[in-house]
Amino acid sequence: MSALVTDDQTAAPDDLYQALVDAHEGLADAESRQLNARLILLLANHVGDLAVLQEAAALARASVLRDRPDD
Amino acid sequence: MAQVYEHPIFPFTAPPELLEERVGNAPVCVVGAGPVGLAIAIDLALRGVQVVLVDDDETVSHGSRLICISKRTLEIFDRLGASAGFAEKGVVWNKGRLFFGEDEVYSFDLLKEDGHQWPAFVNIQQYYAEDFLVRAAERLPNLNIRWKSAVVGVEPSSDHVRLTMETPEGRYDLDADYVVACDGASSFVRRTLGLDFEGRTFQDRFLITDVTMQAEFPSERWFWFEPPFHEGQSALLHKQPDSVWRIDLQLDQSADPEVEGREENVRPRIERMLGVDAAFEIDWISLYTFRCQRLQRFTEGRIFFAGDSAHQVSPFGARGGNGGVQDADNLAWKLAAVINGDAPDALLASYDVERIPASDENILNSSRSTDFMTPKSQAVRDIRDAVLALAYDHGFARRMVNSGRLSVPAVLDGSPLNTPDVGQFDGPIRPGAAALDAPVATSDGMGWLLHQFSGDFTVLLYLGDAHDVLPDDWPHALPAMVNPLVIAPILGPGVIGDPEGNVRVRYDLMPGTVYLIRPDQHVAARTRAFSNIWLKGALARALGNVGDNA
Repeated sequence: MSALVTDDQTAAPDDLYQALVDAHEGLADAESRQLNARLILLLANHVGDLAVLQEAAALARASVLRDRPDD
Repeated sequence: MAQVYEHPIFPFTAPPELLEERVGNAPVCVVGAGPVGLAIAIDLALRGVQVVLVDDDETVSHGSRLICISKRTLEIFDRLGASAGFAEKGVVWNKGRLFFGEDEVYSFDLLKEDGHQWPAFVNIQQYYAEDFLVRAAERLPNLNIRWKSAVVGVEPSSDHVRLTMETPEGRYDLDADYVVACDGASSFVRRTLGLDFEGRTFQDRFLITDVTMQAEFPSERWFWFEPPFHEGQSALLHKQPDSVWRIDLQLDQSADPEVEGREENVRPRIERMLGVDAAFEIDWISLYTFRCQRLQRFTEGRIFFAGDSAHQVSPFGARGGNGGVQDADNLAWKLAAVINGDAPDALLASYDVERIPASDENILNSSRSTDFMTPKSQAVRDIRDAVLALAYDHGFARRMVNSGRLSVPAVLDGSPLNTPDVGQFDGPIRPGAAALDAPVATSDGMGWLLHQFSGDFTVLLYLGDAHDVLPDDWPHALPAMVNPLVIAPILGPGVIGDPEGNVRVRYDLMPGTVYLIRPDQHVAARTRAFSNIWLKGALARALGNVGDNA
C-alpha cells in the first residue's frame, strides 16, 4: 500500500514551483545546495513518517537511475 | 605535577607442563589478558572453575585505548571485585558538548537520575583498567595467569582443544575442555581456525593521541565537526587521570599512516588545537582505520570468541571494550554452570543467540556514527552539514547529530532464556534487560540493590510496606542456584528496604511481584502471581533447558 501521495494535490502549481525558485534567489551554488539540504530535512521532519520518506526517496532514486545513459 | 603510570612487569614462571615435560589440562583456558579476557577469567574463577589465563606479553596495554568505561561495565567490574580503582582513579563525566566550526551547537547530560552507584561513564586509560583487573585476578587461587605465553597452535577435537604455548623456556601443550579467545582483533585463534569477519572497513584514518598537559578543560566529552584548528574533519577531546588528555583527530583517506604517525607531524596538529604556547607532551600515538565487522558465529565447538576477536566497531560510542565486557559477563556464568553440572550444554548455545544481536546493535550504531563523521559524497556531506546547521535552532536536527551513540547495556530481547511476563508490567526492566541499580536499606545501613544479588540466580520478592506475609506458594527451600531477596519494611538477613521507592518505580513493583535475576544480573522472568511452578519453569528455561514451557 502506498503511503506517499503523488496525486496532484496542489491548487497553485506555479506558485509552489516559484516558491522553490525564489528560495534560491541570490544564493551562490554552495549556499543553494545547503538550502536544498536544509529544506529536505525540514520537510522530512514535517512528514515525520519514515515509511513515507523511504518511499519518496526510492521513487526519486528510481527516477534518477532511469535517466542514466545506457552503457 | 603529572604522574606517569609505570608499567608493571609480570614475571614468567615456568608452568608444571614445562618442568615435568607433560601435556597440561585445564577446564578452561582464556587466551589474552586484556579487559575482556581478565573479566571472563575472574568471573569463571569466582564461580569455582579452574582457569588458565595466558597472555603473550608481560605487562598491561600501552596507550589509553578503550578509555570510556560505561556504567554497565563498572557494575560488572564491581561484581568481580575489581571496581575500587575505577572509583578512586577514574575521571567521572556525564556531559558532552558538540561544536560545529567555532560554535557550540548543543550539550547533553547522560545521566541525571540520582540513586545509582556508578556514573554514566568513567574515563581511564586501558592500562589502569587492566592493572586493576590483574590485581583482582591475582587474589584468586584457582586462576592461573601465565605471562609471556603465546598460543602458537590450536587443535580442536570433540572433547577438548589442544593449545600449544610458546614461552621463554620452550613450548608445551595444554588440553583445555573449553577455550575463550580474547586475543583481540588480529586473534591468532581466529586466524588459525580460518574464520573471517563480515562487515565494513572505513577508509578514513583517525589519529589517536594521549597528551600530558596542565589544562583547564572540564571533565566533559568535547566533539567538533569541522573545527577551525582541523579543517574539514572532526576532533574529539577527553580527559583522563594523571593530566593525560585523549585527542582523536580524523584524517582524510589519503593520509599516509607512516608519515602522519611521526611525532614531528603530530605535534603541529595538536598545537593548532591547543595553541602554540601550550606546554604538552605526547605520550602515545596510534593511527587506524575503522572496521565494523563480526564473525558469523562467536562459538566454534569448544572455542568461544569474546571482545575484539569476535567483533569490532569504530570507537565513537565506547562500544568496543564495553561490548566485550558484556560478552564476558554473558558467557562466564553459562560456561561455569555447564562445567559445574548445573546446566545442560544447550545453555552455551545462548551465548551466540544473545550476544550476536548485541554485537549487531553495536555495529549498526557505530557504523552510523562513522558515516555521519565521514560523508561519502558531496551530496551526503551537504545533508550532514545541513543537520549540523539546523541543530542550533531545532531539536529534531539535534537528535540527528551523531558523534557517537554511547554504549548502553544490551537488552536481550527475544532470548530463549527469557520467560514471557505473567501479568501486566510497565518500565524498561523487562526480561532480557540488565537490572537497574537503586539505593536500598539493609540491616547494615544504606546500600545498592545490585550488591544484594547473589552470584547465582536471585529471586526478588516485593512485599510493599503493608504486609510481611509471604505468598502462599513461597517455597520453604528454593531450588539450587537460587537465592531469595525480599523487599519488606522490617530488615534482616535477605530482607532489604526501599525507603525512597526507587526500586518500586524502576521495576514497576506491586505487593507480590517477583523477579528472577540471572547470575549476570539480567532479568530472566517476572510475575505478578508467584507460584513454585512458575519459578521452576523460569529457572529451567534460563538454564537452557529448551522446550521447557513452564
